[in-house]
Amino acid sequence: MIEAVVSIGGIGMLAAVALGFASKKFAVEVDPRELAVLEVLSGANCGACGYPGCSAYARAVASGEASASLCTPGGTETIEKVAHIMGVEAEMTAPQVAVVFCQGDNRKAKNKYRYLGIADCASAQRLADGPKTCPGGCLGLGTCMRICPFGAIEMTPEGLAVINREKCTGCRKCVQACPRSVIRMEPLDATIHVLCNSHDKGAAVRKYCSVGCVACHICQKTVPEAYRIDNSLAVVNHEYNEEALAAVAKCPTKCICDFAEGYPEGSTFHPPTKAPFRRSA
Amino acid sequence: MKFKTFSGGLHPPDNKQWSAHKAIEDCPIPPQLVIPLSQHIGLPAEACVKAGDRVKKGQTIGRAKGFVSVPVHASTSGEVISVEPRPHPSGRNLLAVVIVPDGTDEWLDGVEPARCEDLSPDQMRERIRDAGVVGMGGATFPAHVKLSPPAEKPIDTLILNGVECEPYLTADHRLMLEQPQAVFDGIAVMRKILGVSKVFIGIEANKPDAIAMMEKFSGDTGVEVVALAVKFPQGAEKQLIKAITGREVPSGGLPMDVGLVVQNVGTAVAIHNAVMLGRPLIERICTVTGPGVFEPKNLRVRVGTPLKHLVEHCGGLSGDPAKIIMGGPMMGMTQLSLEVPATRGTSGLLLFRESDLSLHPEGPCIRCGRCVRVCPARLLPTTIAAYARLERIDEAESYGAMDCIECGCCTYTCPAAIPLVQLIRSGKAAILARRRKG
Amino acid sequence: MNKPENKPVYISSSPHVHSGETTDKVMRAVIYSLLPASAVSIYYFGLPAMALMLICTVGCVLFEVLCQKMMARPLSVADGSAALTGLLLALNLPPACPWWMALLGSAVAIIVAKQVYGGLGHNPFNPALVARVVLLISFPVQMTTWSAPAPIRSSLDAVTMATPLGEWKTAVMLTGKLPESLQSGVGQYFVGNMAGSLGEVSALALLLGAVFLFWKKILTWHVPLTYLGTVVVLSGLFWLVDPTRYPNPLFHLVTGGLMLGAFYMATDMVTSPVAPRGMVVFGVGCGVLTVLIRLFGGYPEGVSFAILLMNAATPLIDRFTRPKKFGSIRVEG
Repeated sequence: MIEAVVSIGGIGMLAAVALGFASKKFAVEVDPRELAVLEVLSGANCGACGYPGCSAYARAVASGEASASLCTPGGTETIEKVAHIMGVEAEMTAPQVAVVFCQGDNRKAKNKYRYLGIADCASAQRLADGPKTCPGGCLGLGTCMRICPFGAIEMTPEGLAVINREKCTGCRKCVQACPRSVIRMEPLDATIHVLCNSHDKGAAVRKYCSVGCVACHICQKTVPEAYRIDNSLAVVNHEYNEEALAAVAKCPTKCICDFAEGYPEGSTFHPPTKAPFRRSA
Repeated sequence: MKFKTFSGGLHPPDNKQWSAHKAIEDCPIPPQLVIPLSQHIGLPAEACVKAGDRVKKGQTIGRAKGFVSVPVHASTSGEVISVEPRPHPSGRNLLAVVIVPDGTDEWLDGVEPARCEDLSPDQMRERIRDAGVVGMGGATFPAHVKLSPPAEKPIDTLILNGVECEPYLTADHRLMLEQPQAVFDGIAVMRKILGVSKVFIGIEANKPDAIAMMEKFSGDTGVEVVALAVKFPQGAEKQLIKAITGREVPSGGLPMDVGLVVQNVGTAVAIHNAVMLGRPLIERICTVTGPGVFEPKNLRVRVGTPLKHLVEHCGGLSGDPAKIIMGGPMMGMTQLSLEVPATRGTSGLLLFRESDLSLHPEGPCIRCGRCVRVCPARLLPTTIAAYARLERIDEAESYGAMDCIECGCCTYTCPAAIPLVQLIRSGKAAILARRRKG
Repeated sequence: MNKPENKPVYISSSPHVHSGETTDKVMRAVIYSLLPASAVSIYYFGLPAMALMLICTVGCVLFEVLCQKMMARPLSVADGSAALTGLLLALNLPPACPWWMALLGSAVAIIVAKQVYGGLGHNPFNPALVARVVLLISFPVQMTTWSAPAPIRSSLDAVTMATPLGEWKTAVMLTGKLPESLQSGVGQYFVGNMAGSLGEVSALALLLGAVFLFWKKILTWHVPLTYLGTVVVLSGLFWLVDPTRYPNPLFHLVTGGLMLGAFYMATDMVTSPVAPRGMVVFGVGCGVLTVLIRLFGGYPEGVSFAILLMNAATPLIDRFTRPKKFGSIRVEG
């Protein structure tokens, strides 16, 4: 009995001394601000800041190497907290979301071939530039959905990527992953977009897609200040987001989408009810 | 008898019986030739004709741009109607010279034959390059580059690749039977250029007539004909070298690193045509076969002939083509349509109908290890593919993704129908993209 | 030639042909190869043996469906892997095993040992063996009560008796000597006339099935041959040292679960190494552990434990037995 107490206790004492010694001897100096910054970051390791993971960014901020306002996924709140810890002024930028500029799912857009292989858009794109006849359309194999660290992207049953504007933090991972550059960053408060990525002439677009922009200029004629036609593709001038609404219903191919009213067909997402997502009636 | 070979590999049904006995036929001149300016590895040629120009057979229509590049020639006489992007075997629309033949098929003046003895190695290389000769096995690497080894890499052996291990294809087989003298003349040219005496011709043992023919012509030339085990990919450069000489090309290296040059038998004939006859590479032998073709044949095809004319000359289609493959079934490329033209690398055209395809859905890997046993590069395909799928690039690279020769044995044998080669390719693409970024 | 096409062509990465081999064909072939062993066990142990096989097979399939429904995964019972696990589990049970234990074993095999890891291809341990070992440890009495073989149409009543390995272990513990009768029974054991689990009794029937699998190229020599070879060599050494105490290698080969283990359990593709060198290491490891457990362990039989232990070592073996890639060794020349 007594031996057991002594031996176990002895081992415990020895270990405690060793640990205490090691923690002093091998202590790594960490800037307390680095820990504080890491604390307020989201911890998603999404890479939106350009650093590999949150801890790398926290170290860069603490050492003064990086700006305090790069954690866009964390939103205003996080950026303000980081700026506060570092004692600097937060440089706020307008929040951005990723938008899929395509509505051509498998029913609406034609394929030039039937693809057999792994469900990966980049791999499909390597085979004769992807199965979609449209050179810019969403391939629908879900590479962006799988890479999204925030679960903000869904694939509709007919194979179209749709991004949830409330869940999207603007980390740009999907933008980098999309082999056809269908996904681009847009200001969050710009709700009206021409969801087409084809610069082909109208007649060509009509042949392969029922919801593509055919560059008919109707939107531009309706609201000249809000739309321009850039190389056979209509583009919204976001400064006139409110005004642009008037042309949405007039688009003959229904390729202008107002995210304040609803998501593209097939999506399970619903428009948010809070400002600034919602237009005041 | 035990034939020489390498480790790994497998033997898919070769289906060569459909066309192996058919003598090569000339495919007629089509109403329009579409000659791509990019038919080789390296920079595309630069067009030097314009719409409205009249060209003669053998006339240069695209100039080589840089050392690793070759010129492109008109494959018959006629009028250039446009130089514009056209469907290309790569699946994209790439710049091509479109020629409407005038029917006279008139050669360019000044094409002069020469004798091997009268030319220096440099003159020969020049003639080979000007003739646009590329590797005819399908890789289309410019032949003059392979024949210009740097001084610090001495070459002691030349290997001629007459293996033709791809199922269905019989083009090289027929070529060896019908133009044996041209093959040996090509060998003589390459021997002189490289200054080597040791020459092997590797042929799979399933072509005894070709082996006999080559042996007959080898006579006292000192060329050794080697019968090789019937196994895919016996004709892959590094595996062929291993089988014949026992040398292993180091990972990431080239055959010249172990003192070897390997050329396809078709390339030897093209070299003979270029050096001795002064004729550019404007036609090749192509096997048109597969269950989707009415009567499989071996055709002598002019570069730029749209594939549909090849099929027409073979009695047409025997059903809707569901897969159009340029090359063999193991390593060939699927094509979008029969409008695509045959190029210098088109060793075969293989058509499958929907009912001929195996469309099994992919299942989970059961770790059966078949892919490991058949991999001629001795990799772990399933492991690399799994890492590539997870985009774990470092691990994929450390498991040797870049050493994969994409022969397709692993995918062929996988009971779970996992597209291993495609996954490994995507991993390779990611590794290369990262290397470029630095 | 230019007729309108209704459907566009297929485009895919090469290769464009396939061997035609599929996972379900592999599983089905393994099930067929077990038919001789199953028939022998029905011959010796009668209807209860057949009932056990049915319960386990149907049970495993049902549990697989249940699991996949609950996890909202696509159903994959058609691949035959659950049925095979069920059959293998039954062949690993004693003939007098109660039905509820068989059912429990099926649940353990499919739910605990397979589906929680992600289903086919992801389980680190052989599901049938996990189930057997769970039952053996939980119900030691039922799992070691062996019926004497009673061939159909013979009027023998079902009596219990020890397995040859059990008999040897008891004798050695009591007397330190090997009973004479054991060594002479090898011929009878070979055809299956001994006490034991349903499927392990007939080495002959198992060999027949294995020949079929070799012919189908589903089995490679690496694991079974090295496993059996190691057992023969190692047990032979002990036998040479003291033939009065240790049984000869032939006895080891035909008794217990060695044949079943070497050809069907250790060769389970999912839980054994993928590379040939790894398979050899795996087989040798199984052999060494089996002999050590049989000769010096508390249990008379060690095949299940040996294989499960080696299953655990498989990722490690895989890591250290990667084939040398082409071009990594420079041959002088």
